[in-house]
Amino acid sequence: MNISTRHLDKTTIFDVSGDIDFANSPEMRQLLLREIRESRTARVIVNLREVRYIDSSGVASLVEGLKASRDLGSRFILIGLSTSAREVLQLSRLIKVFEIHDNEEQALAT
Amino acid sequence: MLVLTLYSSPGLLAVVRGTVERLAEYLGFPLTEARSITRAVDEALTNIVRHSYGNRPGQPITMYFRRARRRRQCEEVESGVEILLCDRGPAVDPSKFRGRPLEQIRPGGLGLYFIRQAMDIVEFSRKSATNRMRLVKYMARPRNAV
Repeated sequence: MNISTRHLDKTTIFDVSGDIDFANSPEMRQLLLREIRESRTARVIVNLREVRYIDSSGVASLVEGLKASRDLGSRFILIGLSTSAREVLQLSRLIKVFEIHDNEEQALAT
Repeated sequence: MLVLTLYSSPGLLAVVRGTVERLAEYLGFPLTEARSITRAVDEALTNIVRHSYGNRPGQPITMYFRRARRRRQCEEVESGVEILLCDRGPAVDPSKFRGRPLEQIRPGGLGLYFIRQAMDIVEFSRKSATNRMRLVKYMARPRNAV
């Protein structure tokens, strides 16, 4: 897994690629929660377009990010769901729980 | 058909996923089901590393893969794959293996749900100080198949 971070005004975008699994999901979780809780970023966007695989621990990290942002009144957005990411979010019935957009432009326009 | 022995290192999960997905495709599973089986095996292995071995590295896990067959109505035979995952951790109580209701939006508890959703048979047992998890998936037959 590789995560690169971009900052745009009051938005932080995490571009995630590769496999998100038990070996590395704690790293993603830590990055997301730090951005939401410590940096108090108003809008956090996670780009999953290049994610080849995501396991239940990766999904749990996204859920934690969502809950933390709700607690603080900020926004947590997923964009560009890869096939694998879409499959597990549908399977876990979380697809309608997250705010999801096709791409960055759409997410930034909302 | 195939035996894999590995150590309880999270870094090896990606290697196993690659192997399982290729094997499922080789056996004739469609890509969506191959990914689903791979997800089940990955979650099962993760559970062994986390819960059976308490994240201790270097502990042995052996996986046995073989073709599965069952006879259905009208002498119809279904084929599939049977996967047996074995670890030497402490005895686990299968009644504690429960997922959570999906309507609860909280982290955790999804792994077992993914396993049960993907596989036709999920069984736990313990034999000779070994925890055994048996997973079986049969191939869905085309509706117009004779």
